[in-house]
Formats: sequence, C-alpha cells, structure tokens
Amino acid sequence: MPVITMREALNQAMREEMHRDENIFLMGEEVASYQGAYKVSKGLLDEFGDKRVIDSPITELGFAGLGVGAAMVGLRPIIEFMTFNFSILATDQIVNSAAKMLYMSGGQFKIPIVFRGPGGSAYQVSSQHSQAIESWFAHFPGLKVVMPSTPADAKGLLKSAIRDDDPVIFIEQERMYGNKGEVSDDPEFMIPLGVAEVKREGTDATIVARSLMVPIALKAAEELEKQGVSVEVIDPRTIRPFDTETIIRSVMKTNRVVIAEESHPFCGVGAEISAQIMERAFDYLDAPVKRVSGVDAPMPYAKNLEKLAIPDLPRLVAAVREVSYLD
Amino acid sequence: MATQVVMPKLSPTMEEGQLARWLKKEGDKVGIGEPLAEIDTDKATMEAQALATGVLRKIFVQAGETVPLGAIIAIIAEPDEDISALLSKAESGASSEENKQSIQASVQAGGDGAQVELARVVPDGARTVATIKGEPLAGDVGGAPTQQQTPPPPQPQTPPAGKADEPPATPVASGNGQGQQPTSGVRLIVSPIAARMAAEAGINLQALSGTGPGGRIVKRDIEAAISAGGQQQAAPAQPSTAPPPQPATTPQTETPPEVPTVVSPPQTQAAPKPAVDGASAYRDEPVSTMRSTIARRLSSSIGPVPHFFLTTEIEMDRAAELRRSLNELEAELKISLNDLIIKAAAVALIQHPMVNASFQDKSLRFYERADIGVAVAIDEGLITPVIRSADRKSVGQIGREVRELAERARARKLTPEEYTGATFSISNLGMFGIDEFTAVINPPEAAILAVGASTPKPVVRDGQVSVRQIMRVTMSCDHRVVDGATGAKFLQTLKKILENPLLLMA
Repeated sequence: MPVITMREALNQAMREEMHRDENIFLMGEEVASYQGAYKVSKGLLDEFGDKRVIDSPITELGFAGLGVGAAMVGLRPIIEFMTFNFSILATDQIVNSAAKMLYMSGGQFKIPIVFRGPGGSAYQVSSQHSQAIESWFAHFPGLKVVMPSTPADAKGLLKSAIRDDDPVIFIEQERMYGNKGEVSDDPEFMIPLGVAEVKREGTDATIVARSLMVPIALKAAEELEKQGVSVEVIDPRTIRPFDTETIIRSVMKTNRVVIAEESHPFCGVGAEISAQIMERAFDYLDAPVKRVSGVDAPMPYAKNLEKLAIPDLPRLVAAVREVSYLD
Repeated sequence: MATQVVMPKLSPTMEEGQLARWLKKEGDKVGIGEPLAEIDTDKATMEAQALATGVLRKIFVQAGETVPLGAIIAIIAEPDEDISALLSKAESGASSEENKQSIQASVQAGGDGAQVELARVVPDGARTVATIKGEPLAGDVGGAPTQQQTPPPPQPQTPPAGKADEPPATPVASGNGQGQQPTSGVRLIVSPIAARMAAEAGINLQALSGTGPGGRIVKRDIEAAISAGGQQQAAPAQPSTAPPPQPATTPQTETPPEVPTVVSPPQTQAAPKPAVDGASAYRDEPVSTMRSTIARRLSSSIGPVPHFFLTTEIEMDRAAELRRSLNELEAELKISLNDLIIKAAAVALIQHPMVNASFQDKSLRFYERADIGVAVAIDEGLITPVIRSADRKSVGQIGREVRELAERARARKLTPEEYTGATFSISNLGMFGIDEFTAVINPPEAAILAVGASTPKPVVRDGQVSVRQIMRVTMSCDHRVVDGATGAKFLQTLKKILENPLLLMA
C-alpha cells in the first residue's frame, strides 16, 4: 500500500468522493485558489472547477449557513474551517441548524454535510488558536464527531463522513497533517463511523486515546512493555456515535483505564468516557479511571509552558503506572 | 498422627472458654470437620470441630470446666498410637501458653481475632458486600469460626510438615452457621474487581491487607491470595465440605495502621499538648477490638454516643453536716452541696480513669486531670463552665470558682477556654425540686452526672426506719468507653466519698 501523509489522505478522500458524486462540493476560506491553508485541497480547484471548489468570504457563520441550506436542497457540502477555532463563530448554524434540522422538520430535511478542518493544539499560536473543542460538538444530539489519528483512518473516515446523511464534524489534528502511513488507494476503502479500533493489544491497562494522543499512547505502551506492563491502546476514532462496547470489553480484561486527551478536563470527552466506564464496568475496575488531559487553563504561547500544557509521554507512562499501583 | 485439640479462639475477645458439652466421647472415631464439642465463650456457645481424623483418645477438660485459650482439651490419634509425649505435655500445662501465643500471632497476622479463621466468601457477592461493610459474617459458610491448633514443631511424633495427614498448622475456617461475632468496625477499601474476584474465589477480604493507596485491596492482592491459597490447597485430603485454608495465613507485608488488634501492646502516647489552653493533658491508647466492637454496635443502636444510665441513692446527711460546719466556721465560704459533689466526683474520677476519658474513634483518651463541667442554666439555654483540676482544689475554691463562672456565664462573658475541654460534667436540678433525671452527655466526655434534690426520706437502717437526706444521682455513660460495671464502680466510690466526706481529707 502507498505510504502517504494525512494531508494527502484527506485530499484523496475528497477527490475520490467528488468524482463519485457530483453533488459534493467544497467551500471555505482559501480552499480554492490558495489550495487550502494547510494544502488539504491541493489540486481540487483545477480538477473540479470553481462551481465545486469555492472560496468563501471570511464569514464562518455565513458559509456554514450556506452549507446547511445547500444540504437541505440535496447537495452534499464539505465546509472547511481554516481551523476549528473559527468554527466557534459558526456554532449557531452547526448546533441549531445542522444538528436539529432533521428532528425539527419531522424527518423532511436530512443534512448530509461535513464540517472539517484542523483542530487541537498547534505550535505556538497561543490560547485562541490552539485548543481542542470536540466536546462542544459531541455534546449535541444530531451531530457526529470524528477525530482520525492515522492517514488511513483519516481517509476511510472522511469518505464515510461525506457519504453519511447526517452532519459530521471532522476534526483533523493540526500537528498531524505531515504524519505518514500506509493508505489504501481502493476508491471503496471506507472506515465506518462509530467503530473504535484497538491500536495495540494488552492485558494490564487500557489507554483510551484519540487524535494526537494516539501515537503518544502507543509510545507509552512500548515504554511500559519494557517495564513489564502490557498496555492496550484504543482509539475510538468517532466520538459520536461512541463505541462504548470496545472500551468496556477492554476494561473487563485489563481492569485499569487511562484516558488521554489534549482537551481541557472539565466536561471533556474523557469525562464522558470515564462516566460510561463507571456506569457499565464498575465491577471490573481495579483503580479509579485516570484522565490525562490538557491543563485546565488557556494554552500558553511560551514554548516551555505550551509543552507543559499538553499530555506527553512521561505523564502517560506515570498515569498507567499509577492505575496499575506500581508507584 | 497424634494431634492435640486446643481451646480455640472463637471470638475476637475470647481469652478463655468453658467446655459446655462434649459431642464425642473417648474412643469415638472423628473426622475432619466433625463437631467435637460445644464451647461457651464470652459471647455465645459454639461448636468446635475436629481438624484431624482419628480416634478421640483422651479428653482433658470435662463439661463445665473453664480453661484458657490454647489449653489442650483433648488428643486425637490413631487407635494404637503412642500418645504419651502429648499426654505428659498436656498434663504439665506447658503447651497452653505457646499455643495461645501461636493463636494470637495468627490473629495478629489477620488483623482481627474473628477474621483469621473466618469464612469463605460465597460467590453470589452478598458476603462480599457484607465483608466490605465490615459487618459480621453469617450464614451457611463461614460465620462463627471454630479452630484447633495442631502442635507446634518439634515433637517427636510429629512427622515433618507436608507429610502430615491434616491441614496446615494454621487456623482453618469452618462454618456452623452461628456467625454472630462482630468483626472489626474498620471499613475495608476494596477495588470493585478485587471484591468481585474475592467473591468468586471465596476469599475473606477482612483477612487481607491491601497494597494499594491507603490500604486499598486491589486485584493483585486477590491474585496473591488465590495463589497462596492454591498452594495450601495442595495439602492433602480435606472433605469437600471444608472451606479452603484462609489466605490470611500468607505473610502479611503490611498491616494497615488503623486495624486494631487485641494482642498488640498498647501504644500509649506520651501526653500531648491539649488543643485548648489550660485543658488537661492526656494519653491516647489504641482501641481494642472489643472496645471497637462495643463502639460500633452500640452506636448503631442509639445515635453517635450510645448512652446508658446508672442511678444510685446517696445519703447526704454527713455531707450536709460538713457543709453546714464549714459555712459556720467561715461565713464567706458559702459552700454549696454541689461544690462538695464536684469535689467528690473529681476525686472519684482520678480513681477511675476509665470514666475520666473520651472515645476518639481509633483510641481512648484518658485525661490526667479531672476538669469538671458544671451545667449552668442561663436565659438563652445552658452552658457548662469548667472547673479545672477540681480534684486538687479545695471545696471553698471550687465554690468561689463556680459562683464566679456562673455569674459571668449569665452575663455571657465566658471565654471559650472557660467552657470547653471538660473531662466530665455535672448537672444539678436539685434546686428545682427534681428528684431524679437523666442528662445527655456533652461529647467527647464519657459521662455526665445528673444530680437530683437532697431531701429527707425514710430509710431502713439496721432494721429501723429512720430519716435520712437522700439524693439520687444518675450517671449517663458513653458505652463506647464506659461499661456498666466501670460506671457502677465509679458511682460506688462517689457514694462512699459523699457519705463519708472526711475521705476528702484523706
């Protein structure tokens, strides 16, 4: 299988789907002539023309709303946010229109739309441009939320998202666009939404990690194996719908859980996962579920402080040792 | 092989046992797990079961006799086996003490007397729940334990360990369905999976020490217990009805500090500085298992401070006479009967430190001084100014202090130091014509004395009816600290002093 970057994988997914279905179009800031702020839409304008690859004004609420309207009348928009930090401006359209339209129209209007773009922590762009806000969207019924951690997952999940008839929030980790991996070039390569993947099997503790935390969790598992601890790493990949079963099965085996996430801890996705484990697998726990989250403070600009604000390998290793009662 | 049957430890507080009834007689065949005898402990009558197969060759203790824990009560051996060595040992009484120590040691390893020999956990989990709550274990398996002690090595007749036709030389649980022994009140902390595994494997959580934070029992502790138990189960034939050997017998790496044991020497702490300025110094002693059980059981019955009440009549003629004489000699003294009662109670408290104490959850606190709180009614309610070291003050001085404090109490000018930190309280409603009442303890004190009016009453003395000044006092006691007899002895002393107030000079 070809080894490509996550950026290229996402580009492939959109290209393949746009070839397959002419109702699909891409709209966002700088997606056309500039080929995307992160070059995810490279070559798409040339290939599909300016009716299907559209540069929008700097009005997130406006073009998100255009997208919802287009979806209502049968098109399948992909709305790119230059980053999910700017999606905050569009949340009324996302939360109140896209998420609720099917319900409020009594099933008359499905909204097959994908809101995608980079999210999570980036390098030294400070508090407003470096944050993980997936829990906002995951909170609302009606939205699906996807966070890939590998190029293959990125491609397979984005294709599923584009074909899905519900609004999907698709968050690409800004630091991971250059990550490489094997990706199938089969135009029907798809990864279903709502299915977690066991990225590594283990018996002593489970790390539930998503997005940027997955490669760090895998490194922690390697490190811990040297210390005699067998760690299972699970990537839910889709935050909504959430694959609780896979995690519960793992907890029943390992009895100990660490949840790794970039986002702030309070009311975060990790808190939800922790609650579900407690509700459904309490009798199998040997230690309280441990979250390793981003710090509960705005992201600092200073490089040294920024490093401290995001979970890293030593913190993950220490957390697993803690729930395994090794320290 | 010849096995001695010893007086087993059937309750956490048991020091000796009375053989109620033999269920087998000399010459009878017995098998492991068969009931041998019924034994009366300080709590109940329980069955002792055989831990060896053979013939009941010799009975040393007859029905009705009481012997200390560890004493040899019988010998089980093969029909033709030479038991002379055990016989002479039993008759010399030498083994009793070592057996007792060995029992105590195993008790200590398990953390609590009732626990070491206790009970399998049944797989349905209900037992686990009870165990976690620290409740007494009851039911078809487990419950009140019986145990016997195999002879400690070296014994000429004793084959090397491992060859023995008997369970390992450790207490083994066996159920008789009488599980009324309260176990320690310490709450167990167990991870959910550990509790579940213990229930499935039939492991008594009370017998484990956790290696997790704060002594939490975690999965690996159960795994260790299971593998230890597995090794022991490799020991030869036990009837299938016999519960597995208890994991408590594995070496304990760590004993949670809060687990009280009957056998540990009291770790008396040197008198620390009291929290309130001017309050009495004290020493803390660990709460014994029995004390802890009393505390838990009685607290669950009434409120956090389990009260009970003791009433006695005291002839106050001599005390009244003394008071009158003193006041005549020195009019400014203005001594009241209550001042005398305060003084007498303080003197009695020093003689009965158990009453001059407080329950501190994990320890009992014994005060060095008798600081008496005197209940004073004020408009807003009630306050108890404290007469410090009342045992060492003269009655006149006590009287002056009481008047002065009461006055300032009514003016609401007492400082906290003046109304907190008493070690005992007295409430007197005699001036309201109350004959008798009960008072509510002022925590953390262990007791309060409710004093009624001293009034002339007809009494019979030496067969003659005569009139005496009779005062009824009722002491409310915190049963976690003070037991009936303890309180009664204190009241005896108080009564003696007040009826013979010259003793205050002694």
